Amino acid sequence: MELQSQKRIELIFSDYTSSKYKTLERTLERTPDDIISELMDSGLKGRGNVGFPTGMKWKFARREVSDTKYVICNANESETGTFKDREILERVPRKVLSGMAVCGYCIGAKKGIIYLRHEYGYMKEHILKELGIFHEHVRQFNFDFTIELFMGSGSYVSGEESALIESMEGYRAEPCNKPPFPVSRGLYGCPTVVNNVETFATAQVIFRIGAEEFLKLGTAYSAGSKLFSISGDTRNPGIHELELGTTIEDVVNEFGDKNIKSVQVGGASGYCIPQRLFAETVIGFEGLTTGGSMIFFNNTRSMYKLLHEYLRFFAEESCGLCTPCRVGTQQLLLGIEAVKKGEKPVTYIEVLKKLALNMKTSAKCGLGQSVANPFISILENFKEEILY
Amino acid sequence: MQEVKSLIQEYVKVHGKARNNLLPLLQEIVQHENYLSEDALLEVAESLEIPSSEVYGTASFYTYLDTVPRGKYIIRLCRNISCMMQSQAEVLSTISLLLKIKVGETTTDRKFTLLQANCLGWCHKSPAMMINNEVFTELTPQKAVQIIKEYKEK
Repeated sequence: MELQSQKRIELIFSDYTSSKYKTLERTLERTPDDIISELMDSGLKGRGNVGFPTGMKWKFARREVSDTKYVICNANESETGTFKDREILERVPRKVLSGMAVCGYCIGAKKGIIYLRHEYGYMKEHILKELGIFHEHVRQFNFDFTIELFMGSGSYVSGEESALIESMEGYRAEPCNKPPFPVSRGLYGCPTVVNNVETFATAQVIFRIGAEEFLKLGTAYSAGSKLFSISGDTRNPGIHELELGTTIEDVVNEFGDKNIKSVQVGGASGYCIPQRLFAETVIGFEGLTTGGSMIFFNNTRSMYKLLHEYLRFFAEESCGLCTPCRVGTQQLLLGIEAVKKGEKPVTYIEVLKKLALNMKTSAKCGLGQSVANPFISILENFKEEILY
Repeated sequence: MQEVKSLIQEYVKVHGKARNNLLPLLQEIVQHENYLSEDALLEVAESLEIPSSEVYGTASFYTYLDTVPRGKYIIRLCRNISCMMQSQAEVLSTISLLLKIKVGETTTDRKFTLLQANCLGWCHKSPAMMINNEVFTELTPQKAVQIIKEYKEK
C-alpha cells in the first residue's frame, strides 16, 4: 500500500541531536544567498496556513536596508484542532531555534522573538531553558543572535502576522492594512520575518537533508511533507507527518473510524469535506491548503453542532475592527439558530449565505474572510442537518 | 492595592515606560491578583503614561487578561469540537455540581472560577482543561473530581 511509505515519514521529529547544534553550525558556514536559494529550490511554503514561499519571504527581508531587523516565530497556534506546533516546541525546540537563527543570519537580524500563546504557558520554563543552551552555542559560533520569549494573552487573531506584531507592541491584536508587509515594515517599523513554528523546523530539515531530498516528497506544487493534527473519530489521534499531495480518502482509510461522513480540514477557518469528495480532494497547495488540523466525524455526529460551535468561536474571536466580520459573525450565528428553531423560514439560509460570501470579499483579514469556508461547505453538504 | 501598586512601580523601574511593556506588565498583575482591578488598570495607565481607556481597551481584548474578579484557581475547560465529541459536557456538569457554580461563576470562598476556553491544543487527548497554567488531559468526570479535590486542599 502506498500509504505505508507515507506513514513512515519522520523528518520533523527525527535526528534530533540532543546537545549539539551541528546542522546550524554547518549552515552558518554557507553564504546567506546560497542558503536562501536552496530554500527557494526546495519549494518550501509557509506551514501556518497561508502558504507563502518561505525562501521568497527571507529574500525580501534580506533586500531591505535597515540596521535593525527581526525574526519572529509565530507560536500562537490557536486554530481549532491544531496542536503540532506545541509538539514541535516540546519535542524538538532546537530545530525551531536553529531555523530562526539561520533566518536571522540570512536577512541580517540580530534578534528573534517567539510569540507563544498563553495556553502553552506550561512549557515556558522548558523554552527558557532551551534558549539558555541555544545562546551558549551561538556564542561559540561567534554569531550575534539572541532569541526572546514573548507570551501572548489569549487571542486567535494574533496568529495573523500584522496583528501579532501589534500585540507585541502593546496594542489590541488588530490586523493592519497591507501593504506594507512585515518583511518591509514589521515590528517597531523594522523589516521582520514572521514564520510559523513548523516552517522554521522544516527549513532546518531542508538545511540538513538538502533541497533535493526534500523535493522527492510531495508534488510539483506542494513540496515535502507536513505535520497533521488528527482528532475526532479516529483510531489513532495525534500528530502524523504525511506527504503533501495525499488524498483525504487515504488519510481516512489510514486513521478514520468506521462510517466517517466528513472531515473538517483546517479547523474553524477550513473546509468540511463530505465522504463523496474524499477521493478527489488532495491536501496540498493545489487542493486544500491547511495548517494541519483534521477532525473526523462519523455518521452519529451533528454537523449543526459543529457549525454552531465554529460560528460562536468566530463571533468571540473577531477583533471587532471591521464591520463585515464583527456584525457578520454574530448574525450568522443568530441566523442559523433562528432557522433551526423555526423562527425564520428555511429560505433565510440563502440570505445568510450571501452574507458569508460578502464577508469573504469585504472583511479586513483572514479571520473574517474565512468564516465562509466552514459556513458554505458545511451548509452545502449537510443542508438538512443545518435546517431541520 | 498597595501590593499591586508597588508591583507596577517596581516593573516600570526595571523595564521602563515603553508601550511594549504593557502586555507583560498586565500579565504579571494577573498572575499575582488573578484579575485586573480598576485601580490596577488606572495605576498602569498612570505609570506607563498611556490613556486609561487604551489600557482598558487593550486588556479587555485578550481572553487571559480578566477584568472581572476571579478565583484563586481558574478552571478552563476546552470547548473545541474534538473535546465536545469526547464527553466534555459530562465533565463540565460534574465540575459544576461539585463546586456548585455555573460557567462564568466563582465559588463564594473565591477559590475556584469555572470557565470554558477555546481550543487548548490537546485535541488528541480530549477532553482537556487548564487550571491556571497547569494542563489536564483525557478527562473523565471521575478524574476531574479527583483533580479538583486536590486543588481544594492546596
